[in-house]
Amino acid sequence: MASGVTDTKVATSTEQGDALSRVLTVVVGKKEPIISLLVVLAIWQTLSFFLPKYFFPSITTIVASFAEVVTTPELIGDTVITISRIFLGLLLAFITGALVGILMGFSRLVEKYVLPVLHFIMGIPALSWVVFAIIWFSHVEMRIAFILLAGCLPNYALIIHDGIKGIPKEYYDMLRAMRPSRGQLFQKLILPGVLPSVLTSWKVNLGLATRVVIVAELVGATQGIGKKLLLAQELFRMSQAIAWTLILVVFLLLTQAILLLLEHRLLRWRPAKEGGMG
Amino acid sequence: MSGSAAVVAMTNVRRVYTSVDGDRFVAIEDLSLEVGEGEIVAIVGKTGCGKSTTFNLLLGLEAPTYGSIKVLGKDPYGDFDYFRSKFGVVFQTDRLLPWRTALQNATLGLEVLGYLESQQKEIARYWLEKLELGGFEEAYPHELSGGMRQRVAIARAFSMSPEILFADEAFGHLDQSTAKRLREVFLNLVAETKKTCLLITHNIHEAIEVGSRLIVLGKPSRVLYDVRTPVGVSRAQAADLEDRILTIIEANEVVQV
Repeated sequence: MASGVTDTKVATSTEQGDALSRVLTVVVGKKEPIISLLVVLAIWQTLSFFLPKYFFPSITTIVASFAEVVTTPELIGDTVITISRIFLGLLLAFITGALVGILMGFSRLVEKYVLPVLHFIMGIPALSWVVFAIIWFSHVEMRIAFILLAGCLPNYALIIHDGIKGIPKEYYDMLRAMRPSRGQLFQKLILPGVLPSVLTSWKVNLGLATRVVIVAELVGATQGIGKKLLLAQELFRMSQAIAWTLILVVFLLLTQAILLLLEHRLLRWRPAKEGGMG
Repeated sequence: MSGSAAVVAMTNVRRVYTSVDGDRFVAIEDLSLEVGEGEIVAIVGKTGCGKSTTFNLLLGLEAPTYGSIKVLGKDPYGDFDYFRSKFGVVFQTDRLLPWRTALQNATLGLEVLGYLESQQKEIARYWLEKLELGGFEEAYPHELSGGMRQRVAIARAFSMSPEILFADEAFGHLDQSTAKRLREVFLNLVAETKKTCLLITHNIHEAIEVGSRLIVLGKPSRVLYDVRTPVGVSRAQAADLEDRILTIIEANEVVQV
Protein backbone atom coordinates (compact mmCIF):
# COMPACT_ATOMS: atom_id res chain seq x y z
CA MET A 1 0.00 0.00 0.00
CA ALA A 2 1.59 3.14 -1.14
CA SER A 3 -0.71 6.15 -1.16
CA GLY A 4 -0.59 8.96 1.35
CA VAL A 5 -4.12 8.18 2.41
CA THR A 6 -2.96 4.87 3.78
CA ASP A 7 -0.31 6.48 5.92
CA THR A 8 -2.84 8.63 7.73
CA LYS A 9 -5.11 5.64 8.14
CA VAL A 10 -2.35 3.54 9.58
CA ALA A 11 -1.43 6.35 11.94
CA THR A 12 -5.02 6.67 13.09
CA SER A 13 -5.38 2.98 13.73
CA THR A 14 -2.09 2.83 15.60
CA GLU A 15 -3.11 5.71 17.81
CA GLN A 16 -6.34 3.97 18.56
CA GLY A 17 -4.51 0.72 19.11
CA ASP A 18 -2.28 2.44 21.68
CA ALA A 19 -5.25 3.93 23.49
CA LEU A 20 -6.80 0.51 23.52
CA SER A 21 -3.81 -1.31 24.86
CA ARG A 22 -3.64 1.30 27.60
CA VAL A 23 -7.23 0.72 28.54
CA LEU A 24 -6.71 -3.01 28.38
CA THR A 25 -3.82 -2.79 30.76
CA VAL A 26 -6.13 -0.92 33.12
CA VAL A 27 -8.49 -3.83 32.93
CA VAL A 28 -5.75 -6.39 33.35
CA GLY A 29 -4.20 -4.38 36.17
CA LYS A 30 -0.95 -2.66 35.18
CA LYS A 31 -0.11 -0.12 37.84
CA GLU A 32 0.82 3.01 35.81
CA PRO A 33 -2.58 3.73 34.26
CA ILE A 34 -4.30 3.15 37.57
CA ILE A 35 -1.97 5.62 39.25
CA SER A 36 -2.66 8.23 36.56
CA LEU A 37 -6.37 7.71 36.97
CA LEU A 38 -6.15 8.04 40.75
CA VAL A 39 -4.13 11.24 40.45
CA VAL A 40 -6.73 12.79 38.14
CA LEU A 41 -9.51 11.76 40.48
CA ALA A 42 -7.62 13.17 43.48
CA ILE A 43 -7.08 16.51 41.74
CA TRP A 44 -10.74 16.63 40.78
CA GLN A 45 -11.87 15.76 44.28
CA THR A 46 -9.57 18.44 45.76
CA LEU A 47 -10.94 21.04 43.33
CA SER A 48 -14.48 20.05 44.29
CA PHE A 49 -13.71 21.04 47.89
CA PHE A 50 -12.75 24.58 46.95
CA LEU A 51 -14.77 25.40 43.85
CA PRO A 52 -18.56 25.67 43.41
CA LYS A 53 -20.30 22.28 43.18
CA TYR A 54 -21.85 23.13 39.81
CA PHE A 55 -18.36 23.48 38.31
CA PHE A 56 -16.68 20.55 40.00
CA PRO A 57 -19.17 18.16 41.56
CA SER A 58 -17.61 15.69 44.00
CA ILE A 59 -16.74 12.26 42.73
CA THR A 60 -19.46 10.67 44.83
CA THR A 61 -22.04 12.94 43.15
CA ILE A 62 -20.71 11.92 39.72
CA VAL A 63 -20.84 8.25 40.67
CA ALA A 64 -24.41 8.70 41.90
CA SER A 65 -25.39 10.39 38.61
CA PHE A 66 -23.73 7.61 36.65
CA ALA A 67 -25.52 4.99 38.72
CA GLU A 68 -28.80 6.78 38.07
CA VAL A 69 -28.13 6.85 34.32
CA VAL A 70 -27.38 3.15 34.08
CA THR A 71 -30.21 1.98 36.36
CA THR A 72 -33.19 4.20 35.53
CA PRO A 73 -35.16 2.44 32.74
CA GLU A 74 -36.12 5.70 31.04
CA LEU A 75 -32.50 6.85 30.95
CA ILE A 76 -31.29 3.45 29.75
CA GLY A 77 -33.72 4.05 26.90
CA ASP A 78 -31.77 7.16 25.92
CA THR A 79 -28.53 5.20 25.81
CA VAL A 80 -30.13 2.44 23.78
CA ILE A 81 -31.55 4.93 21.30
CA THR A 82 -28.22 6.68 20.79
CA ILE A 83 -26.33 3.41 20.38
CA SER A 84 -28.95 2.16 17.92
CA ARG A 85 -28.53 5.35 15.93
CA ILE A 86 -24.77 4.86 15.86
CA PHE A 87 -25.01 1.28 14.62
CA LEU A 88 -27.74 2.00 12.11
CA GLY A 89 -25.81 4.96 10.71
CA LEU A 90 -22.59 2.96 10.59
CA LEU A 91 -24.26 0.01 8.91
CA LEU A 92 -25.72 2.28 6.26
CA ALA A 93 -22.37 4.00 5.75
CA PHE A 94 -20.53 0.67 5.66
CA ILE A 95 -22.76 -0.88 3.03
CA THR A 96 -22.59 2.12 0.72
CA GLY A 97 -18.96 2.92 1.56
CA ALA A 98 -17.78 -0.64 0.96
CA LEU A 99 -19.61 -0.67 -2.36
CA VAL A 100 -17.96 2.58 -3.43
CA GLY A 101 -14.57 1.33 -2.18
CA ILE A 102 -14.88 -1.93 -4.10
CA LEU A 103 -15.99 -0.18 -7.28
CA MET A 104 -13.05 2.20 -7.02
CA GLY A 105 -10.71 -0.71 -6.34
CA PHE A 106 -11.66 -2.48 -9.53
CA SER A 107 -12.36 0.35 -11.94
CA ARG A 108 -9.72 2.94 -12.73
CA LEU A 109 -12.44 5.08 -14.27
CA VAL A 110 -14.61 5.09 -11.14
CA GLU A 111 -11.49 5.67 -9.06
CA LYS A 112 -10.47 8.72 -11.11
CA TYR A 113 -13.88 10.35 -10.78
CA VAL A 114 -14.90 9.37 -7.27
CA LEU A 115 -11.65 9.58 -5.30
CA PRO A 116 -11.31 13.39 -5.49
CA VAL A 117 -14.97 13.76 -4.52
CA LEU A 118 -14.41 11.62 -1.43
CA HIS A 119 -11.35 13.62 -0.44
CA PHE A 120 -13.40 16.79 -0.85
CA ILE A 121 -16.20 15.39 1.30
CA MET A 122 -13.65 14.36 3.94
CA GLY A 123 -12.84 18.07 4.35
CA ILE A 124 -16.41 19.03 5.24
CA PRO A 125 -16.80 19.55 9.02
CA ALA A 126 -19.39 17.44 10.83
CA LEU A 127 -21.15 20.61 11.91
CA SER A 128 -21.73 21.63 8.28
CA TRP A 129 -23.45 18.29 7.69
CA VAL A 130 -25.62 19.06 10.71
CA VAL A 131 -26.67 22.36 9.14
CA PHE A 132 -27.29 20.73 5.73
CA ALA A 133 -29.30 17.96 7.37
CA ILE A 134 -31.57 20.45 9.14
CA ILE A 135 -32.20 22.30 5.88
CA TRP A 136 -32.72 19.19 3.74
CA PHE A 137 -34.68 16.90 6.05
CA SER A 138 -37.53 17.48 8.44
CA HIS A 139 -37.57 14.06 10.09
CA VAL A 140 -35.18 13.89 13.04
CA GLU A 141 -34.04 10.30 12.48
CA MET A 142 -33.45 11.03 8.80
CA ARG A 143 -31.26 13.98 9.78
CA ILE A 144 -29.22 11.91 12.20
CA ALA A 145 -28.80 9.02 9.77
CA PHE A 146 -27.76 11.42 7.03
CA ILE A 147 -25.17 13.14 9.23
CA LEU A 148 -23.63 9.79 10.23
CA LEU A 149 -23.72 8.54 6.65
CA ALA A 150 -22.05 11.66 5.29
CA GLY A 151 -19.44 11.63 8.04
CA CYS A 152 -18.52 7.94 7.93
CA LEU A 153 -19.01 6.90 4.30
CA PRO A 154 -15.79 8.46 2.97
CA ASN A 155 -13.70 6.71 5.64
CA TYR A 156 -15.20 3.33 4.79
CA ALA A 157 -14.80 3.87 1.06
CA LEU A 158 -11.23 5.17 1.26
CA ILE A 159 -9.93 2.54 3.70
CA ILE A 160 -11.57 -0.35 1.84
CA HIS A 161 -10.36 1.03 -1.48
CA ASP A 162 -6.85 1.13 -0.06
CA GLY A 163 -7.25 -2.42 1.21
CA ILE A 164 -8.20 -3.72 -2.22
CA LYS A 165 -5.37 -1.81 -3.86
CA GLY A 166 -3.04 -3.30 -1.27
CA ILE A 167 -3.65 -6.89 -2.33
CA PRO A 168 -0.47 -7.72 -4.27
CA LYS A 169 -0.84 -8.30 -8.01
CA GLU A 170 1.35 -11.38 -7.55
CA TYR A 171 -1.46 -13.06 -5.62
CA TYR A 172 -3.94 -12.32 -8.42
CA ASP A 173 -1.61 -13.81 -11.01
CA MET A 174 -0.92 -16.85 -8.85
CA LEU A 175 -4.63 -17.50 -8.42
CA ARG A 176 -5.61 -16.59 -11.98
CA ALA A 177 -3.15 -19.16 -13.30
CA MET A 178 -5.46 -21.70 -11.61
CA ARG A 179 -8.49 -20.18 -13.40
CA PRO A 180 -10.87 -19.53 -10.53
CA SER A 181 -14.40 -18.25 -11.10
CA ARG A 182 -15.15 -14.62 -10.20
CA GLY A 183 -16.84 -15.80 -7.04
CA GLN A 184 -13.84 -17.92 -6.06
CA LEU A 185 -11.46 -15.04 -6.69
CA PHE A 186 -13.58 -12.83 -4.45
CA GLN A 187 -13.97 -15.43 -1.73
CA LYS A 188 -10.41 -16.73 -1.68
CA LEU A 189 -8.42 -13.58 -2.31
CA ILE A 190 -10.28 -10.30 -2.13
CA LEU A 191 -12.41 -10.93 0.94
CA PRO A 192 -9.61 -12.21 3.20
CA GLY A 193 -7.22 -9.68 1.68
CA VAL A 194 -9.43 -6.71 2.48
CA LEU A 195 -10.55 -7.92 5.91
CA PRO A 196 -7.83 -6.10 7.89
CA SER A 197 -8.91 -2.85 6.23
CA VAL A 198 -12.56 -3.52 7.02
CA LEU A 199 -11.69 -3.92 10.70
CA THR A 200 -9.61 -0.75 10.62
CA SER A 201 -12.44 1.16 8.98
CA TRP A 202 -14.82 0.09 11.76
CA LYS A 203 -12.36 1.12 14.43
CA VAL A 204 -11.94 4.57 12.91
CA ASN A 205 -15.63 5.08 12.24
CA LEU A 206 -16.90 3.86 15.61
CA GLY A 207 -14.90 6.66 17.22
CA LEU A 208 -16.08 9.17 14.66
CA ALA A 209 -19.73 8.14 14.83
CA THR A 210 -19.77 8.22 18.63
CA ARG A 211 -18.58 11.82 18.56
CA VAL A 212 -20.75 12.91 15.66
CA VAL A 213 -24.01 11.34 16.84
CA ILE A 214 -24.07 13.62 19.90
CA VAL A 215 -23.84 16.73 17.77
CA ALA A 216 -26.45 15.25 15.46
CA GLU A 217 -28.79 14.65 18.39
CA LEU A 218 -28.57 18.27 19.48
CA VAL A 219 -30.69 19.26 16.48
CA GLY A 220 -34.21 18.29 17.36
CA ALA A 221 -33.96 14.85 18.89
CA THR A 222 -36.32 14.42 21.83
CA GLN A 223 -34.46 11.40 23.16
CA GLY A 224 -30.88 10.23 23.26
CA ILE A 225 -27.63 11.04 25.02
CA GLY A 226 -27.13 14.24 23.04
CA LYS A 227 -30.51 15.53 24.17
CA LYS A 228 -29.70 14.61 27.78
CA LEU A 229 -26.40 16.43 27.57
CA LEU A 230 -28.17 19.50 26.29
CA LEU A 231 -30.64 19.20 29.18
CA ALA A 232 -27.81 18.87 31.70
CA GLN A 233 -26.27 22.04 30.30
CA GLU A 234 -29.55 23.97 30.47
CA LEU A 235 -30.10 22.84 34.08
CA PHE A 236 -26.44 23.40 34.94
CA ARG A 237 -26.00 19.80 36.11
CA MET A 238 -22.32 19.11 35.66
CA SER A 239 -22.43 15.67 37.32
CA GLN A 240 -25.07 14.52 34.83
CA ALA A 241 -23.12 15.92 31.90
CA ILE A 242 -20.12 13.91 33.04
CA ALA A 243 -22.19 10.78 33.65
CA TRP A 244 -23.58 10.88 30.08
CA THR A 245 -20.14 11.54 28.66
CA LEU A 246 -18.78 8.57 30.60
CA ILE A 247 -21.45 6.38 29.04
CA LEU A 248 -20.17 7.30 25.59
CA VAL A 249 -16.55 6.74 26.55
CA VAL A 250 -17.37 3.35 28.05
CA PHE A 251 -19.36 2.42 24.96
CA LEU A 252 -16.49 3.36 22.68
CA LEU A 253 -13.90 1.50 24.74
CA LEU A 254 -16.09 -1.59 24.92
CA THR A 255 -16.76 -1.71 21.19
CA GLN A 256 -13.09 -1.06 20.45
CA ALA A 257 -12.15 -3.90 22.78
CA ILE A 258 -14.59 -6.19 20.98
CA LEU A 259 -13.08 -5.19 17.64
CA LEU A 260 -9.60 -5.84 19.01
CA LEU A 261 -10.63 -9.32 20.12
CA LEU A 262 -12.20 -9.92 16.73
CA GLU A 263 -8.99 -8.76 15.08
CA HIS A 264 -6.88 -11.11 17.17
CA ARG A 265 -9.15 -13.93 16.21
CA LEU A 266 -9.56 -13.18 12.50
CA LEU A 267 -6.05 -11.92 11.82
CA ARG A 268 -4.08 -14.44 13.84
CA TRP A 269 -2.15 -15.25 10.67
CA ARG A 270 -0.34 -11.96 10.95
CA PRO A 271 3.23 -11.91 12.26
CA ALA A 272 3.26 -10.59 15.81
CA LYS A 273 5.35 -7.49 15.20
CA GLU A 274 4.62 -6.37 11.65
CA GLY A 275 1.51 -4.50 10.66
CA GLY A 276 0.80 -7.09 7.96
CA MET A 277 -0.94 -6.19 4.78
CA GLY A 278 -3.82 -4.24 6.33
CA MET B 1 11.71 -29.47 -32.32
CA SER B 2 10.46 -32.54 -30.58
CA GLY B 3 9.10 -35.71 -32.07
CA SER B 4 5.95 -35.70 -29.99
CA ALA B 5 3.12 -33.19 -30.35
CA ALA B 6 3.99 -29.69 -29.22
CA VAL B 7 2.60 -28.90 -25.79
CA VAL B 8 3.75 -25.33 -26.06
CA ALA B 9 4.06 -23.52 -29.39
CA MET B 10 4.92 -19.85 -29.70
CA THR B 11 5.00 -18.51 -33.26
CA ASN B 12 6.41 -15.08 -34.08
CA VAL B 13 5.25 -13.69 -30.77
CA ARG B 14 5.67 -9.98 -30.19
CA ARG B 15 4.72 -8.14 -27.04
CA VAL B 16 4.80 -4.38 -26.86
CA TYR B 17 3.82 -2.39 -23.82
CA THR B 18 2.51 1.12 -24.24
CA SER B 19 2.75 3.43 -21.25
CA VAL B 20 0.12 6.03 -20.34
CA ASP B 21 2.32 8.68 -21.97
CA GLY B 22 2.35 6.69 -25.18
CA ASP B 23 5.91 5.41 -24.82
CA ARG B 24 6.34 1.98 -26.37
CA PHE B 25 8.50 -0.72 -24.89
CA VAL B 26 9.22 -3.90 -26.80
CA ALA B 27 9.46 -6.73 -24.29
CA ILE B 28 9.47 -9.49 -26.87
CA GLU B 29 10.62 -8.83 -30.42
CA ASP B 30 9.92 -12.03 -32.32
CA LEU B 31 9.87 -15.26 -30.40
CA SER B 32 9.15 -18.71 -31.74
CA LEU B 33 9.68 -21.89 -29.81
CA GLU B 34 8.15 -25.29 -29.27
CA VAL B 35 8.15 -27.64 -26.34
CA GLY B 36 7.18 -31.28 -26.74
CA GLU B 37 5.33 -33.48 -24.30
CA GLY B 38 7.37 -34.61 -21.34
CA GLU B 39 10.26 -32.29 -22.10
CA ILE B 40 11.98 -30.42 -19.34
CA VAL B 41 13.08 -27.18 -20.87
CA ALA B 42 15.18 -24.55 -19.19
CA ILE B 43 14.96 -21.06 -20.61
CA VAL B 44 17.91 -18.91 -19.78
CA GLY B 45 18.72 -15.31 -20.56
CA LYS B 46 19.86 -11.98 -19.22
CA THR B 47 17.68 -9.90 -16.95
CA GLY B 48 15.26 -7.91 -19.07
CA CYS B 49 15.25 -10.31 -22.00
CA GLY B 50 11.50 -10.84 -21.63
CA LYS B 51 11.58 -14.07 -19.65
CA SER B 52 8.85 -12.97 -17.27
CA THR B 53 6.74 -11.61 -20.10
CA THR B 54 7.06 -14.96 -21.87
CA PHE B 55 5.94 -16.59 -18.66
CA ASN B 56 2.86 -14.35 -18.33
CA LEU B 57 1.97 -14.94 -21.96
CA LEU B 58 2.19 -18.71 -21.58
CA LEU B 59 0.04 -18.59 -18.46
CA GLY B 60 -2.52 -16.55 -20.40
CA LEU B 61 -2.34 -13.67 -17.95
CA GLU B 62 -1.80 -11.32 -20.87
CA ALA B 63 -2.21 -11.47 -24.63
CA PRO B 64 0.56 -11.12 -27.22
CA THR B 65 0.55 -7.99 -29.36
CA TYR B 66 1.23 -10.12 -32.41
CA GLY B 67 1.76 -13.78 -33.19
CA SER B 68 0.20 -16.94 -31.86
CA ILE B 69 0.57 -18.91 -28.69
CA LYS B 70 -0.78 -22.42 -28.33
CA VAL B 71 -0.58 -24.39 -25.16
CA LEU B 72 -2.05 -27.90 -25.29
CA GLY B 73 -3.41 -26.81 -28.66
CA LYS B 74 -5.40 -23.88 -27.27
CA ASP B 75 -4.86 -20.17 -26.71
CA PRO B 76 -4.10 -19.66 -23.02
CA TYR B 77 -5.46 -16.10 -23.11
CA GLY B 78 -8.43 -16.58 -25.43
CA ASP B 79 -9.51 -19.96 -24.09
CA PHE B 80 -8.78 -18.83 -20.56
CA ASP B 81 -11.08 -21.16 -18.67
CA TYR B 82 -9.94 -24.24 -20.56
CA PHE B 83 -6.74 -24.14 -18.53
CA ARG B 84 -8.38 -24.62 -15.16
CA SER B 85 -5.88 -26.70 -13.14
CA LYS B 86 -3.75 -27.33 -16.24
CA PHE B 87 -0.86 -25.19 -14.98
CA GLY B 88 1.19 -25.85 -11.91
CA VAL B 89 3.23 -22.76 -11.25
CA VAL B 90 6.10 -22.11 -8.90
CA PHE B 91 6.99 -18.43 -8.82
CA GLN B 92 10.14 -16.65 -7.79
CA THR B 93 8.60 -15.68 -4.49
CA ASP B 94 6.41 -18.30 -2.87
CA ARG B 95 3.21 -16.23 -3.18
CA LEU B 96 1.62 -18.14 -0.35
CA LEU B 97 -1.50 -16.41 0.91
CA PRO B 98 -0.45 -15.17 4.36
CA TRP B 99 -3.86 -15.79 5.94
CA ARG B 100 -3.79 -19.46 5.01
CA THR B 101 -1.89 -22.24 6.74
CA ALA B 102 0.53 -24.45 4.80
CA LEU B 103 -2.25 -26.99 4.32
CA GLN B 104 -4.78 -24.37 3.25
CA ASN B 105 -2.31 -22.95 0.76
CA ALA B 106 -1.69 -26.39 -0.66
CA THR B 107 -5.43 -27.01 -1.09
CA LEU B 108 -6.02 -23.76 -3.00
CA GLY B 109 -5.94 -25.30 -6.48
CA LEU B 110 -8.14 -28.17 -5.38
CA GLU B 111 -10.67 -25.71 -3.97
CA VAL B 112 -10.79 -23.96 -7.32
CA LEU B 113 -11.42 -27.35 -8.90
CA GLY B 114 -14.28 -27.98 -6.51
CA TYR B 115 -12.93 -31.06 -4.72
CA LEU B 116 -14.62 -32.17 -1.54
CA GLU B 117 -12.95 -30.78 1.54
CA SER B 118 -11.86 -34.20 2.77
CA GLN B 119 -10.28 -34.99 -0.60
CA GLN B 120 -8.56 -31.60 -0.73
CA LYS B 121 -6.96 -32.20 2.61
CA GLU B 122 -5.96 -35.74 1.82
CA ILE B 123 -4.25 -34.79 -1.43
CA ALA B 124 -2.60 -31.68 -0.01
CA ARG B 125 -1.33 -33.64 3.01
CA TYR B 126 0.17 -36.23 0.68
CA TRP B 127 2.12 -33.56 -1.19
CA LEU B 128 3.21 -31.70 1.90
CA GLU B 129 4.41 -35.01 3.32
CA LYS B 130 6.30 -35.71 0.09
CA LEU B 131 8.00 -32.33 0.40
CA GLU B 132 9.06 -33.14 3.94
CA LEU B 133 6.60 -30.73 5.49
CA GLY B 134 4.74 -33.28 7.59
CA GLY B 135 3.97 -31.66 10.95
CA PHE B 136 3.89 -28.14 9.50
CA GLU B 137 0.40 -28.36 8.00
CA GLU B 138 -1.07 -25.87 10.44
CA ALA B 139 1.83 -23.36 10.29
CA TYR B 140 1.21 -19.94 8.77
CA PRO B 141 3.66 -18.79 6.08
CA HIS B 142 5.38 -16.27 8.37
CA GLU B 143 6.22 -19.12 10.72
CA LEU B 144 8.11 -21.00 8.01
CA SER B 145 11.58 -20.48 6.54
CA GLY B 146 12.03 -19.34 2.94
CA GLY B 147 12.90 -22.84 1.79
CA MET B 148 9.90 -24.34 3.54
CA ARG B 149 7.59 -21.76 2.08
CA GLN B 150 8.83 -22.57 -1.39
CA ARG B 151 8.20 -26.24 -0.63
CA VAL B 152 4.60 -25.39 0.21
CA ALA B 153 4.39 -23.54 -3.10
CA ILE B 154 5.68 -26.63 -4.89
CA ALA B 155 3.12 -28.78 -3.06
CA ARG B 156 0.43 -26.31 -4.13
CA ALA B 157 1.56 -26.63 -7.77
CA PHE B 158 1.64 -30.44 -7.80
CA SER B 159 -1.47 -31.09 -5.71
CA MET B 160 -3.89 -30.24 -8.51
CA SER B 161 -1.98 -32.61 -10.83
CA PRO B 162 -1.42 -30.10 -13.62
CA GLU B 163 -0.51 -30.92 -17.20
CA ILE B 164 2.42 -28.53 -17.37
CA LEU B 165 4.71 -27.21 -14.70
CA PHE B 166 6.13 -23.74 -14.86
CA ALA B 167 8.90 -22.47 -12.64
CA ASP B 168 9.93 -18.83 -12.86
CA GLU B 169 13.24 -18.27 -11.08
CA ALA B 170 11.75 -20.58 -8.50
CA PHE B 171 15.00 -21.16 -6.63
CA GLY B 172 16.67 -17.87 -7.38
CA HIS B 173 16.17 -16.11 -4.08
CA LEU B 174 17.16 -19.01 -1.83
CA ASP B 175 20.63 -19.63 -0.47
CA GLN B 176 22.75 -21.94 -2.61
CA SER B 177 22.49 -25.14 -0.61
CA THR B 178 18.72 -24.74 -0.06
CA ALA B 179 18.27 -23.94 -3.74
CA LYS B 180 20.25 -27.02 -4.79
CA ARG B 181 18.27 -29.33 -2.55
CA LEU B 182 14.95 -27.86 -3.55
CA ARG B 183 15.85 -28.08 -7.24
CA GLU B 184 16.57 -31.76 -6.83
CA VAL B 185 13.32 -32.34 -4.99
CA PHE B 186 11.40 -30.45 -7.66
CA LEU B 187 13.06 -32.26 -10.57
CA ASN B 188 12.52 -35.64 -8.95
CA LEU B 189 8.83 -34.86 -8.67
CA VAL B 190 8.73 -33.70 -12.29
CA ALA B 191 10.42 -36.90 -13.40
CA GLU B 192 8.20 -39.02 -11.18
CA THR B 193 5.01 -37.45 -12.49
CA LYS B 194 6.34 -37.29 -16.09
CA LYS B 195 5.05 -33.75 -16.54
CA THR B 196 6.14 -31.33 -19.19
CA CYS B 197 8.12 -28.64 -17.45
CA LEU B 198 9.30 -25.16 -18.34
CA LEU B 199 11.87 -23.50 -16.16
CA ILE B 200 12.88 -19.92 -16.49
CA THR B 201 16.12 -18.89 -14.91
CA HIS B 202 19.01 -16.45 -15.19
CA ASN B 203 21.32 -19.05 -13.66
CA ILE B 204 23.13 -20.85 -16.49
CA HIS B 205 24.46 -23.52 -14.20
CA GLU B 206 20.95 -24.26 -12.99
CA ALA B 207 19.67 -24.33 -16.57
CA ILE B 208 22.23 -26.96 -17.57
CA GLU B 209 21.59 -29.03 -14.49
CA VAL B 210 17.82 -29.21 -14.67
CA GLY B 211 16.80 -29.31 -18.29
CA SER B 212 16.69 -32.02 -20.89
CA ARG B 213 16.86 -29.09 -23.24
CA LEU B 214 18.15 -25.57 -22.94
CA ILE B 215 16.97 -22.46 -24.73
CA VAL B 216 19.00 -19.29 -24.63
CA LEU B 217 17.04 -16.08 -25.08
CA GLY B 218 18.60 -12.94 -26.48
CA LYS B 219 17.70 -9.36 -25.93
CA PRO B 220 15.14 -8.42 -27.16
CA SER B 221 13.57 -11.86 -26.84
CA ARG B 222 14.41 -14.33 -29.58
CA VAL B 223 15.92 -17.78 -29.45
CA LEU B 224 19.71 -17.54 -29.71
CA TYR B 225 20.52 -21.12 -29.03
CA ASP B 226 18.54 -24.31 -28.54
CA VAL B 227 20.39 -27.38 -27.34
CA ARG B 228 19.69 -30.77 -25.76
CA THR B 229 21.38 -31.27 -22.44
CA PRO B 230 21.74 -35.01 -21.82
CA VAL B 231 21.42 -36.24 -18.28
CA GLY B 232 24.68 -37.02 -16.53
CA VAL B 233 27.01 -34.68 -18.38
CA SER B 234 30.45 -34.58 -16.86
CA ARG B 235 31.58 -31.64 -14.82
CA ALA B 236 33.98 -30.61 -17.58
CA GLN B 237 31.30 -30.84 -20.27
CA ALA B 238 28.96 -28.76 -18.16
CA ALA B 239 31.64 -26.15 -17.59
CA ASP B 240 32.30 -26.03 -21.34
CA LEU B 241 28.65 -25.59 -22.11
CA GLU B 242 28.34 -22.92 -19.44
CA ASP B 243 31.21 -20.93 -21.01
CA ARG B 244 29.72 -21.36 -24.42
CA ILE B 245 26.30 -20.11 -23.34
CA LEU B 246 27.85 -17.17 -21.56
CA THR B 247 29.62 -16.21 -24.78
CA ILE B 248 26.42 -16.57 -26.76
CA ILE B 249 24.49 -14.37 -24.34
CA GLU B 250 27.20 -11.73 -24.44
CA ALA B 251 27.40 -11.79 -28.25
CA ASN B 252 23.59 -11.71 -28.40
CA GLU B 253 23.60 -13.35 -31.84
CA VAL B 254 21.63 -16.32 -33.07
CA VAL B 255 23.61 -19.58 -33.22
CA GLN B 256 22.51 -22.09 -35.85
CA VAL B 257 22.61 -25.63 -34.55
